[in-house]
Amino acid sequence: MSIADKLRALLGRDAILEITAPPDQTPRVAPDSPDAVALLLGTAQEEGWRVRVEGQGSWMPTDAPAEVALTTRRLDRIPAIHPQDLSATAEAGVGLDRLRQHLADRGVWLALDPPGLAGRTIGSIVATATAGPLRQGFGPVRDHLLGVTFVTGDGRLVQGGGRVMKNVAGFDLTRLQAGSFGAFGVVVLVHLRLHALPRADRTMVLRGSRETVAAAAEEVRQAGAAPAALEVLSPALGRSEQWTLAVRLAGSVPLVEGEEGVIRGVAGGRLEPLRAEEAQALWTWAAQGFAARPLTFRVGGLPEGAEELLDLIQHQVGDEWISASPGTGTIRWGGETTVDRLQRLRRTLAALEVPLTLERAPWELRRAVGHFGAYREGVGPLVAGLRRTFDPGARLVVATGDAGGG
Amino acid sequence: MSTTARSLVPALREIVGARYVRTAMAERVTYEMDGLPTHRRTPGVVVLPGTRDEVVEVMRLLSRSGVAVVPRGAGTGLSGGALADGEAVLLVVTRLNRILDLDPVNRRATVEPGVVNARLSAAAARHGLQYAPDPSSQTACTIGGNVAENAGGPHCLKYGVTCNHVLALEVVLPDGSVTQFGSPGGEPWGPDLVALFVGSEGCFGIATRITVRLTPLPRAVRTLLADFPTLRAAGEAVSAVIASGIVPAALEMMDRSCIRAVEDSVYAAGYPRDAAAVLLVEVDGRVDGAVAAEAAQVEAILRMRGARTVRAAADERERERLWQGRKKAFGAMGRLARALVVQDAVVPRSALPDVLETIEGIAATHRLTVSNVFHAGDGNLHPNISFDAGDPALTARVERASAEIMRACIRAGGTITGEHGVGLDKLRYMPLVFDGDSLAAMRAVRRVFDPAERMNPGKVVPVHACREWAGATRSPARASPPRAEPVSPAAEAV
Repeated sequence: MSIADKLRALLGRDAILEITAPPDQTPRVAPDSPDAVALLLGTAQEEGWRVRVEGQGSWMPTDAPAEVALTTRRLDRIPAIHPQDLSATAEAGVGLDRLRQHLADRGVWLALDPPGLAGRTIGSIVATATAGPLRQGFGPVRDHLLGVTFVTGDGRLVQGGGRVMKNVAGFDLTRLQAGSFGAFGVVVLVHLRLHALPRADRTMVLRGSRETVAAAAEEVRQAGAAPAALEVLSPALGRSEQWTLAVRLAGSVPLVEGEEGVIRGVAGGRLEPLRAEEAQALWTWAAQGFAARPLTFRVGGLPEGAEELLDLIQHQVGDEWISASPGTGTIRWGGETTVDRLQRLRRTLAALEVPLTLERAPWELRRAVGHFGAYREGVGPLVAGLRRTFDPGARLVVATGDAGGG
Repeated sequence: MSTTARSLVPALREIVGARYVRTAMAERVTYEMDGLPTHRRTPGVVVLPGTRDEVVEVMRLLSRSGVAVVPRGAGTGLSGGALADGEAVLLVVTRLNRILDLDPVNRRATVEPGVVNARLSAAAARHGLQYAPDPSSQTACTIGGNVAENAGGPHCLKYGVTCNHVLALEVVLPDGSVTQFGSPGGEPWGPDLVALFVGSEGCFGIATRITVRLTPLPRAVRTLLADFPTLRAAGEAVSAVIASGIVPAALEMMDRSCIRAVEDSVYAAGYPRDAAAVLLVEVDGRVDGAVAAEAAQVEAILRMRGARTVRAAADERERERLWQGRKKAFGAMGRLARALVVQDAVVPRSALPDVLETIEGIAATHRLTVSNVFHAGDGNLHPNISFDAGDPALTARVERASAEIMRACIRAGGTITGEHGVGLDKLRYMPLVFDGDSLAAMRAVRRVFDPAERMNPGKVVPVHACREWAGATRSPARASPPRAEPVSPAAEAV
């Protein structure tokens, strides 16, 4: 009996979407409930199948070697939106664009603008912890999670957190899932923290040399302004001949008007407001532009060292596709590079106490470099122990680089 | 004192000095409670290391000896989490109290775990910055304790809880090895172990250096006090304010019983004694005009939702008085009775009106005094039951009422603790919110850090309720000595 036949017997004839093209020829399975995911992974554990987890396939390449490809695309329900509680529950395969629309219809907002195409699944965003420019005002991906349900590599359903705003009941398995790249199980359901849809949402920009926009960004920061986003975009990403500083203000009308007044007072008043459609185009491309490149990584430094980090990155891998948040010290890079260059850059950054997380790349590069790396003394054994805890048979193919990761 | 713990006393004295090892009963009983008077345990030995290296040496000794250890900060916790029994050593971090670095440019501070929360805020204020999480006990509680409990506070509604502010940690693991989680910029080195460690209630290790994010002090603040004729109206006003899109810095509620306890105490704040509930709402920001406009909107919402009066603090002195009443409310409740059960459940905000009425009904059924003082904007309830612990029948009624309140909150979609932690106090409620697999997963994670479960044993996860778990523990410890410095990236890249 082939794997495909076993899967059909297990989950029904419709569960297999396709057999992927040669040479992979892997059955792509789409379980339609968390229980079906648990059943699949429990069976994979018994059968010794390696499982590749996918969302829509628009962000991470679906090229990791496996006997089974598990896509979350049929986990596409939005069981609850609670506008009064500013919370929502969504299955992992729900696309961000669809979720955003449903939330907007109810007057609420998920303050996440991750890189990639609009239809990226919420599970993909959580697993990779890919926050975008809104990280400045609303925090990293983990801050938007109230709870998760995930399935371990051996098929157990585990719940972390809940759907309330504060929760310290037990150890925090919820935030552990953010940025784990699937090493600790398959996220199937998330409870999200929302915000009221901003009553006002404005973007101001300044274009110029990298030094000019960096100096203006520092002025905004020093003025004590609290923008939703403060982002420096490279020319390709800002679709301009020059670098772009984009400042986004979002919230209540008094708040935004007050902040706008502050911003007008800095950088010689050179920050120009964009029309709503211009702003939307700017932020959309700032996110989607990364999908056009085969590789992205992020580094997390200090605000003060952002310029030096940009110099270093430019020197080692170029600076064509850069989105940097001077307020948080986070820099996202997109482009093409080699294993050697990436490893050298990671080592150089590690010496500066700056982590590099490989967000997205072809499998061979992911496998060679790993999403994470340069752990501090003692962290490696902890991560390996957590990996064995949540995937004892190493069935989930994840490029952590450890022995069990694939 | 257990034989095992006693046998370690000479070695502990060797490490930290005789003065900082407490063995006499009179000394040890001062550590038999935390901020919750309903749980008592007397530790076998109390040790107070003064440096990170002393913590390491103590932890290595305890690891070699297989003796349990319970970390403790100032002991202001409200879950019985920092209590050690006679078999265990209580490791108190209050002597590790240095602010190691305060970097106003990058808005970060690195502190030792015994630094008192309010002291860090005061130091940051000199640079126009603040450490935002502000538990009511902030004048006494330590940052290390805040990290262990993922502490909250009134202003966490806008600024976030402890976890949102911790960027990096130096941690002494249960075997005495030293490691680092996170980075000064906040990006993790791989999986987010900072997020996992914060709120682990002293079960995963001891944080000896904590790097936190500082935020600009607001330049404009408006504080409003609104009083309501019913709890329901006050609860509905909370949802209306949040739904308006304004994010208040704080949105706190006190009920009549609490108001009267405060007004009868030295912390009297001028709250109207005849109100069924008051809301304390604070709006802050960078620009005075914007904050004034938001405050005006909030005031209009409060009035529309049935506030009898809305009073704005006229100056900083009045603001401080209004806040003192709120922050000292727990202390004021000591006037009602000697014993106090402090609950910490969280419910969805929209459930507040119904849940508050349910709690009122439970109190009436069991003929108990329940005082509510809580973070309404977060839905984080603190229904507190005052009683005489010397009366067994009354104590039994309190137990029953507490369990009923907890179940009501869980039925409403809530959970058992929002900021105090599970500790001992809420252990029995954990199976109400988590199934056997989820509890077993938590226990398995604990065993990754502490295979022998020697750190803060018997807390957080009720072992009897866990399903069997096949996962492995941490890789065998390396032979190399522990050190805090970064290692060669290639050495441990996985």
